[in-house]
Amino acid sequence: MSASSAFNDEKGGSSNVGEPEYGHDPASGGIFSSDYKRHDDLKEMLDSNKDSLKLEAMKRIVAMIARGKNASDLFPAVVKNVACKNIEVKKLVYVYLVRYAEEQQDLALLSISTFQRGLKDPNQLIRASALRVLSSIRVTIIVPIMMLAIKEAASDMSPYVRKTAAHAIPKLYSLDPEQKDCLIEVIEKLLADKTTLVAGSVVMAFEEVCPERIDLIHKNYRKLCNLLIDVEEWGQVVIINMLTRYARTQFLNPNMNESLLEEGGGEKAFYGSDNDDDTDDEEDKEEKEKKKTEATAIVKRKPYVMDPDHRLLLRNTKPLLQSRNAAVVMAVAQLYFHLAPKAEVGVIAKALVRLMRSHSEVQYVVLQNVATMSIKRRGMFEPYLKSFYIRSTDPTQIKVLKLEVLTNLANETNISTILREFQTYIKSNDKDFVAATIQAIGRCATNIGEVRDTCLNGLVQLLSNRDELVVAESVVVIKKLLQMQPEQHSDIIKHMAKLTDNIQVPMARASILWLIGEYCEHVPKIAPDVLRKMAKTFTNEEDIVKLQIINLAAKLYLTNSKQTKLLTQYVLNLAKYDQNYDIRDRARFIRQLIVPTDKSGALSKYAKKLFLALKPAPVLESPFKDRDHFQLGSLSHLLNAKAGGYQVLPDWPEAAPDPSVRNVEVKESVPEWTKCSSREKRKEKKADKPFYSDSEGESGPTESADSASDTASGSESGSGSEESGSGSESEESNEESESASEEDEEEEGKKKKKNVEKIKARKPVPESESEPSSGEDVKKSEKKSKPRIGSSESESEEDNDSESESSESEEEESEEESEEETKKKKKTTASKPPSKPPKKENKKEKKEMSLLDFDDFDPAPSPSQVTPLNNFLSSSLVTDLEGLSLTDNVLSPTTIIPSGNLKTYELLHRITGEGLSVEYCFSRQPFSPDPHMVAVKIQFTNSATSEAKSLHVEDAKLQSGMRIKEFPEIEVLPAGETVSVVMGIDFCDSTQAANFQLCTHTRKFFVSIQPPVGELMMPIFMTENEFKKEQEMLLQSLGQLMGMNEITEKLTLEEKCQGEHAVVQRVTTAANLSRVPCGSDKECSPPVPPPPFPIHRFAGKTVTSGSLVLVSVVTKEDGAAQLTVNCEKMVIGTMLVKDILQALTQ
Amino acid sequence: MINSLFLINPSGEMFLEKHWKSVVSRSVCDYFLEAKEKALEPEDVPPVIHTPHHYLISIYRDKLFFLSVIQTEVPPLFVIEFLHRVAEMIQDYFGECSETVVKDHMVMVYELLEEMLDNGFPLATESNVLKEMIRPPTILRSVVNTLTGTSNVGDTLLTGQLSTIPWRRAGVRYTNNEAYFDVVEEIDAILDQSGTTVFAEIQGVVEACVKLSGMPDLTLSFMNPRLLDDVSFHPCVRYKLWESERVLSFIPPDGNFTLMTYHVNAQNLVAIPVYVKQSISFFECGSDGRLDVTVGPKQTMGKTVEGVMVTVHLPKTILSINLTATQGSYTYDNGTKLLVWDIGKLNPQKLPNLRGSLSLQAGAPKPEENPSLNIDLKIQQLAISGLKVNRLDMFGEKYKPFKGVKYITKAGKFQVLTITASINKYT
Repeated sequence: MSASSAFNDEKGGSSNVGEPEYGHDPASGGIFSSDYKRHDDLKEMLDSNKDSLKLEAMKRIVAMIARGKNASDLFPAVVKNVACKNIEVKKLVYVYLVRYAEEQQDLALLSISTFQRGLKDPNQLIRASALRVLSSIRVTIIVPIMMLAIKEAASDMSPYVRKTAAHAIPKLYSLDPEQKDCLIEVIEKLLADKTTLVAGSVVMAFEEVCPERIDLIHKNYRKLCNLLIDVEEWGQVVIINMLTRYARTQFLNPNMNESLLEEGGGEKAFYGSDNDDDTDDEEDKEEKEKKKTEATAIVKRKPYVMDPDHRLLLRNTKPLLQSRNAAVVMAVAQLYFHLAPKAEVGVIAKALVRLMRSHSEVQYVVLQNVATMSIKRRGMFEPYLKSFYIRSTDPTQIKVLKLEVLTNLANETNISTILREFQTYIKSNDKDFVAATIQAIGRCATNIGEVRDTCLNGLVQLLSNRDELVVAESVVVIKKLLQMQPEQHSDIIKHMAKLTDNIQVPMARASILWLIGEYCEHVPKIAPDVLRKMAKTFTNEEDIVKLQIINLAAKLYLTNSKQTKLLTQYVLNLAKYDQNYDIRDRARFIRQLIVPTDKSGALSKYAKKLFLALKPAPVLESPFKDRDHFQLGSLSHLLNAKAGGYQVLPDWPEAAPDPSVRNVEVKESVPEWTKCSSREKRKEKKADKPFYSDSEGESGPTESADSASDTASGSESGSGSEESGSGSESEESNEESESASEEDEEEEGKKKKKNVEKIKARKPVPESESEPSSGEDVKKSEKKSKPRIGSSESESEEDNDSESESSESEEEESEEESEEETKKKKKTTASKPPSKPPKKENKKEKKEMSLLDFDDFDPAPSPSQVTPLNNFLSSSLVTDLEGLSLTDNVLSPTTIIPSGNLKTYELLHRITGEGLSVEYCFSRQPFSPDPHMVAVKIQFTNSATSEAKSLHVEDAKLQSGMRIKEFPEIEVLPAGETVSVVMGIDFCDSTQAANFQLCTHTRKFFVSIQPPVGELMMPIFMTENEFKKEQEMLLQSLGQLMGMNEITEKLTLEEKCQGEHAVVQRVTTAANLSRVPCGSDKECSPPVPPPPFPIHRFAGKTVTSGSLVLVSVVTKEDGAAQLTVNCEKMVIGTMLVKDILQALTQ
Repeated sequence: MINSLFLINPSGEMFLEKHWKSVVSRSVCDYFLEAKEKALEPEDVPPVIHTPHHYLISIYRDKLFFLSVIQTEVPPLFVIEFLHRVAEMIQDYFGECSETVVKDHMVMVYELLEEMLDNGFPLATESNVLKEMIRPPTILRSVVNTLTGTSNVGDTLLTGQLSTIPWRRAGVRYTNNEAYFDVVEEIDAILDQSGTTVFAEIQGVVEACVKLSGMPDLTLSFMNPRLLDDVSFHPCVRYKLWESERVLSFIPPDGNFTLMTYHVNAQNLVAIPVYVKQSISFFECGSDGRLDVTVGPKQTMGKTVEGVMVTVHLPKTILSINLTATQGSYTYDNGTKLLVWDIGKLNPQKLPNLRGSLSLQAGAPKPEENPSLNIDLKIQQLAISGLKVNRLDMFGEKYKPFKGVKYITKAGKFQVLTITASINKYT
């Protein structure tokens, strides 16, 4: 190639020199000849052997491009350097190529082979940059090459290359829209990618190429939600905007039933939702019925429940309101505005107000959006009223927008403050702004009846302003105001009539005259007098005033001809001889119309109707009204016009589409029979979504071959596993895609093998991800999230499935997430021994399909579930939870402390409770409806003489994040009886009190439950070795993890409690921990000399976030002891130390 | 997304252009220039302009217009935020963002832009990643470059994009490991003529300069984090930990960055460090007026107030002024009617005062508008909100870093309203 290109270059070069330079570029035209020379020497430099000369030349060329000068004639000389070894030269050549390739397509082709070579380079960065340049060269002829390159890169091992592939998709699409179908396939594939690096770019490609294919999102929805926080800022914006649109098509309007929403609200709706949503879509009527009856009155009372996926989106976007990037904040704000229940939208106000302190351009955009929002949701911004006060230093456009917001926010309570502000604004230098202020006052006056008169008076005073603009604006606004309440305005009209003596501004005079004429019947005495005065000065008036005088005269003649006949005649006569022909014409016309003569036609009969018709009052409303039909934050919203490529924000659907489309099969290696039900389900779905299966390279056979033994695919799990899902799909029903996918399949297989090899070489422990970078991702997620600590225990153990499960389930440590995790784990353990009786398994699997992984939370706990340890579900849950940390050792349930010595606290005293006394204790049993809640046993005793009815919880006032699962209502509590119920409270791992009302049929009592820190945890079981390992590992990795704190205290044990039993008892009483059996692992570790002093260890984890709590007590001689608490929650750690200290020393 | 970028100087010259998709003709900027002509101040140019075929989104920063050309729907803030990022990047690389700097480093700026956007979509905007690919110029390097003929393009291939932490590159080494944090607070306030606070709030920012080797994991905690009402973070800060424990836990980027910005709870009364006694009055008849301004310390927590400066936009009808300042000096620009009184340090014993007469244009009516005073000030070693850093812990690395925290309070948009009184000449 080099030889031919050199040849070509010589030829091309010489011919170029011979040709005159056409005037592409006016700038270079000026120094025509010298330019020539320079280009010549540039060519020489490019042809030389020295890299430094080439570099110098390229730099000068790029500088020319940057200045916008034409350097296209150098193309042949530059293009042959594309293969240059020097990376700096190469980069600049790339820059040049991208800029000029479109103009010189034939020559550009010479460079293609270099890029093709680059695409195969072992270095991922070279592959990526080759693809980047190749796709940026806008030469139609290479479309097939680009297509191939993109396809290949999309399944590259390196996520960076895949990201580049995602970027290349819209480039190719804009070059050749016919490639759309092929590109959609690539997008679909990349959408399934699990790395944060790719997510933003592929969604951007999706938005540019096929925004209408919302169905491609279903399977990736939850993954996108969970990845969101770790995607780079720009990707976040694009993803959030897309998800807003998605949610509008898939979920129900959360505000459709506002009154009900207010009591339901928030998290609670989430928990109640599973059942309801699913029943809606269940074909099986019987089952529907059954479930309906199961659901208690609570569900019936709330027809709307939020889809858990809807909630997931809202929850995962919320922290991004704290982003430093204004675009991200705006994106979240618009998402909340369009999607959140009314009660929750408020959270965005603070963030938006924060943006107002940013650059003025940011302010400009944000204010536009705030203006729109403040019309619909005024209450949201009311607390921030002062933030919208205008500063004299603000640019005019910002001032006007702030004024708009202030006007929208005005109501009865704040109007006086706002009007006072307005008064200062009126004195501003900036006349445009003053005019806008006057209009704003007018709008306030129309909206708020109370201040209408004050505003009117204020405006009337402005009529005497020196500035014409102010006066004109005021008069216009007054005119509008008066038209709105015609019955009261005679005073003001009288006042204005008086002003005619003083006001000289023609526009104002004209407006006043129009007003008097229009409402002359309301001021019958003054109007003729004004006309009299005007008649006197007629000849000296400005034209617009003269016209209005004629107008006034005509109207008065029609209503009060007795008094004004002569005056009118006089004025008309004056007008007849006016210099201005407009006025002459008008006079002639009016005379014909109003003065009945023989000649005057039929029109004069209707003169009164013509002149005194009721004119509609102008409507003063915000220009931002109804702008919210555009998606907020968009360019279209800002311009109030549809911009090219704008995707309309759809209306909420009447009924929610099938939510199960978002279900993602979690497992691949599950035995065949477990998949049956899901396949059937998928088939149904496919019927109405024909696109769905034209998918993925990975097809069934490969998968199953792999999955039987392959750790790589076996561990590829969770959200990623839709690959296998769609794979099996195509196997089932889409035979024709078989052939197409065959080659990909082959590749895939190869890659797989490579990956497996790599993994083997790299790590003895199978990692969940096969690609290096995703492996890194996992590491990152480990660093970021707390549950990692819990799950990382299992890392070294064989339970590789559960490990991959947990690593897949991403950074989120929100409760729900970890619930899901445990859920999945449960399934793992369930599906592991495939030879077990399939019946039970089947049932479980089925349940899972229908309940979206959330089958643990039964929205309506039946009373029998209240005692959790008795029923199967929760006991299995306990085992599962414990299974998190358990490996081969047997669990010892005997270490659960007896519940006999539970401390009870008083919730309601007999006297304050009017005979009803309530006590509570922390039962220390897992709360079955939600494992992240602390179970609180409440005991009601009715010592009154009459029975208490309908005991229930109401109106919980909780700190943010806290949740309550109330106990089922107790219908009757006869006198003298006692009854116990269990409720669950998620304290969010804090000792803040949960406040709520306890209601009987007659009274309401405010009560609060404050947990001792020891009750915020639950015991977990581990061996001594594990304990040490855990302790050590967490201490070592302090830096990467959140900093598992260690707190150590020295203490002296009280005499009575120096025995081992006493210590254990006191510690377990103070905190809900389990003892770590000591010496149990002597067999497996080399014999250790017995420790000089006995160490008692206790382990547990916090209920909400599952952070480990490790306590050890070393007793020494003479009752001296040392207490160590390891807990990553500093607050919990410190409080726990205090509590245990107290327990041990007293 | 972003199609093209033009850098335009205040006189309307387009001195740099970069296209990411097909080339858009320069003439598209005419719509912008037209709008710029109409606007009185550069800030008044609308940020978004709609032309028949394109949308122009621009920012004005450091006396330069960054104008981007858009063809399809895109969130405007996305573009605006990106343009600011470009300006910050230029500032970061070359020490300042100005026309001369860009013209001097044309090729490098062009290359930076090439890396920052791919097909109009942001690719690498983190300074640490960019610096891996294109090294910022230093004097030493430019000497070496001229001698050896190499340029600033990184000759090792980047690794930053591939590290798990996009904002930090691997393998950072320092001999002196240090981490400094500046807590800078600005008071935004409007005081009325009687000195009562109409509106006051505190905006704070924690600027960090972290030069630590390896992959340090820092935890910064405050004594009184409850003060903070609203916060925004650099992406490196772990949200969840802030939510649960009110500590800032992060793996820092290398070098200077803004760790967080915050807003102090509006319910807390804001201490106003200075008071201003002022009167600007005009005689009812005649064309004279009087100005009298005194500044004194109010709630300063025992610290000295420095760098005090009073700026007044006097009414347009003022012809000339004749003032004397007991401390500092004043300048007056008769064209813009801008009076700047640079006081310097505030001495509580001897309060600075500026007084004298104003003369109006003959026959001009008494000015109606009330000029407002803009106050500028600085207090070292004090965060006016009372925010205090408790401690900084480092995990993940063995060495002991130097740590330091500095507090500064400044005036943000600090305005004092006035009332122009009219006084009867004969009383």
